[in-house]
Amino acid sequence: MTPGEASTSRSPARPLWRRALGPRLRAAGLALPLVAFVTVTFAGPMLSLLTKSFYDPEVADALPETIAALRQWDGDGAPPDAVFAATAREFVAARTERTLGRTANRVNRVVSGMRSVIMGGSRLMVEAAAEAEAAGVTTDGAFWRETMIGIDARWRTPEPWRALRDAGQRFTARHYLKALDFERGPEGGYVRQAEEWRIYVPLFWRTLKVSLGVTLLCLVIGYPIAHLIANSPPRRANVLLLLVLLPFWTSLLVRTTSWIVLLQNQGIVNDFLVAVGLIGDENRIAMIYNMTGTFIAMTHVLLPFLVLPLYSVMRSIPPAYMSAAASLGATPLQALRRVYWPQTLPGVGAGCLLTFILAIGYYITPALVGGQSGQLISNMIAYHVQTSLNWGLAAALAALLLGGVTALYVVYDRLVGIDRLGLG
Amino acid sequence: MAIAEYSDGPVSVPVPDERGESAVPHVEFVGVDKSYDGRNLVVRGLDLEVERGEFLTLLGPSGSGKTTCLMMLAGFEATTAGTIRIGGRPIHDLPPHKRGIGMVFQNYALFPHMTVGGNLAFPLEVRGVEAALRRERVERALSLVQLEGLEDRKPSQLSGGQQQRVAIARALVFEPELVLMDEPLGALDRRLREEMQYEIRRIHSTLGVTVVYVTHDQQEAMTLSDRVAVFHNGMIEQAASPEVLYEEPEKAFVARFIGENNRLDGVVVSEGDGVCDVDVDGLRIRAMSLGLCPPGARATVVIRPERVAVSALPGRYRNEVETKIDDMIFLGDHLRVHMTVGGCSDFIAKIPNVVGHGAVLPGDTVTVGWAALDCRALVPEELREGEEEW
Repeated sequence: MTPGEASTSRSPARPLWRRALGPRLRAAGLALPLVAFVTVTFAGPMLSLLTKSFYDPEVADALPETIAALRQWDGDGAPPDAVFAATAREFVAARTERTLGRTANRVNRVVSGMRSVIMGGSRLMVEAAAEAEAAGVTTDGAFWRETMIGIDARWRTPEPWRALRDAGQRFTARHYLKALDFERGPEGGYVRQAEEWRIYVPLFWRTLKVSLGVTLLCLVIGYPIAHLIANSPPRRANVLLLLVLLPFWTSLLVRTTSWIVLLQNQGIVNDFLVAVGLIGDENRIAMIYNMTGTFIAMTHVLLPFLVLPLYSVMRSIPPAYMSAAASLGATPLQALRRVYWPQTLPGVGAGCLLTFILAIGYYITPALVGGQSGQLISNMIAYHVQTSLNWGLAAALAALLLGGVTALYVVYDRLVGIDRLGLG
Repeated sequence: MAIAEYSDGPVSVPVPDERGESAVPHVEFVGVDKSYDGRNLVVRGLDLEVERGEFLTLLGPSGSGKTTCLMMLAGFEATTAGTIRIGGRPIHDLPPHKRGIGMVFQNYALFPHMTVGGNLAFPLEVRGVEAALRRERVERALSLVQLEGLEDRKPSQLSGGQQQRVAIARALVFEPELVLMDEPLGALDRRLREEMQYEIRRIHSTLGVTVVYVTHDQQEAMTLSDRVAVFHNGMIEQAASPEVLYEEPEKAFVARFIGENNRLDGVVVSEGDGVCDVDVDGLRIRAMSLGLCPPGARATVVIRPERVAVSALPGRYRNEVETKIDDMIFLGDHLRVHMTVGGCSDFIAKIPNVVGHGAVLPGDTVTVGWAALDCRALVPEELREGEEEW
């Protein structure tokens, strides 16, 4: 082939990167459905909810002039007339459009009691505005100052105004402060709540402790199981593995409620203990609707997550190591501690991390069997999402939980190295 | 490292046995059986003695029971019947970690999470040896295998040969008197294997420890051992020095397994005075006899290819056959000549590559001869059904 032929028979020379582009685009195209799915169903909602923890534009949007006017105010005493005028105008307008209620609810979350101040006051303010119009009186700032203070003397003090101003901040840390058990002090700043009123921080601690406890319990129970399976002949290993996986094939609800059947006061375990005579009929053990129930049910549900990574790591450890340790003079215990255990650490790390992260966000099981004392932080998040509808606070709690888990993950990565994780 | 320092291992106290003899064998197997499933014996009626300081190799094809024997000695498998004694003391109730036997495993079994130094210090730590002495002994062991200065490496950072050396050093560092090696060179390439064979020989002669070595490689067994026990179907066919095994095999399996042999199957015609005449396909062959094949019995006559003379002067050898050369293969230092002799179509003679070998060519008819002293009549092997042909 002469050079001339070559140039005519071949397609015009394309740069190398463009020739590689096609396959890459096709590969990316294959991943596209997944990316879209995750974005729409997971990342998007999560981000939008988390945004609510620090971004709260509702009051600012509902009362723009009031909030703008309040920005000029120094925060002491009553604000200037212009603020009264703007507030009254927007209250009256919102009241007539029946949108004030929602705004009042928001403000009420910042300072409780504000809902009645706003809703009760605005009703009279609408009447006052109508009377003034009929009488031909100009409704300027001074008029409104007098009218509003006449309706509710609290408008003379700075507190309701501060409440409005704070509720009007678009970007706010107040959900986080609340999630960490801070409350608005009398001066408007935030102070820690009195100890008996703290809810969330103790709940975070309890969640952390329960998660650690459940993880540890799973490890203590799961380690020998994983070792047994890993060192069984294939046929028996399969049967044992099946038994470990069996709970996965049962609905979480069924598993959890079956614990209720077993553990409740008139349940199988208590009946048995009474029948055997270990406990008296009047001293039945409270094993459910408390911390014990949460512990037992969560350990049961989470056990496979620890056994499986451990098993996969243990299976890859040749039995020759233990033989070698014995031949070198190590007692079985020494061999286990010095030779076997260190080699299973990647599996222990992976299993514990997995179990712990699942446990820390656990929700259904504590809700069903936890009773009052067995509730965890996730139950509180669910409460704020579903019942109190304080999504900002729910988002702040969730963000704190997520941050905590991420921090733990980073610590684990620093200490052990995520690349050493044996997820199997 | 001086030999004296290795004189006080944990199993060193020579327990005088009932007979009051002082020269108790270091290791004794007496009538040992082993069955894994309760039906088939993988080791059958094993009797074996290992002298102090001896290098004994258990040689055999896979599944012949040699590794099982080693595992029973190390304590990882229990005997089904019989007794194993170390220094005259039965060890059936002694768990592996109390036997004080050094062991080198097939794939080294170096602890991957410890450094080389950690691996070597491990047997000393579990024995409660204090740190200063530990360091000293680790260094000595490393210098014994010529790996000074590699204490801080992880096993994964070492080459196969280096890992092998560390494994040997680890098995020796606590100064055992008995060291077991389970196909330790199996994972190495040929060149390294030969180098390590030399190393193991040197270490054995330096320390004077007793070594029981398992391999399926007969060349390795010949190179290393004072004595080789050839295993077949869970039994020892013959235990002798490499020379004896090669020159005077007592079993057809040994003759077949060790080196190369021509085998001619025939019927014994007459027997006496250590020699016999065997009729092989009409050919009468005079061979050395072990007295196990009476006249009329079937026998396998074995002859080493290098003892067969091609184009021999007539009358020179007791056994002579006229045959045609089927093929010749040039192999550098020697030539392999393929012929048909006595119904055996794969009769081989090796001719050293010296001046004048070109005298024969494929297709030539030549006289092939060998001395009666160089061929032995053995009891034929009964190849059992499904058995691996070696």
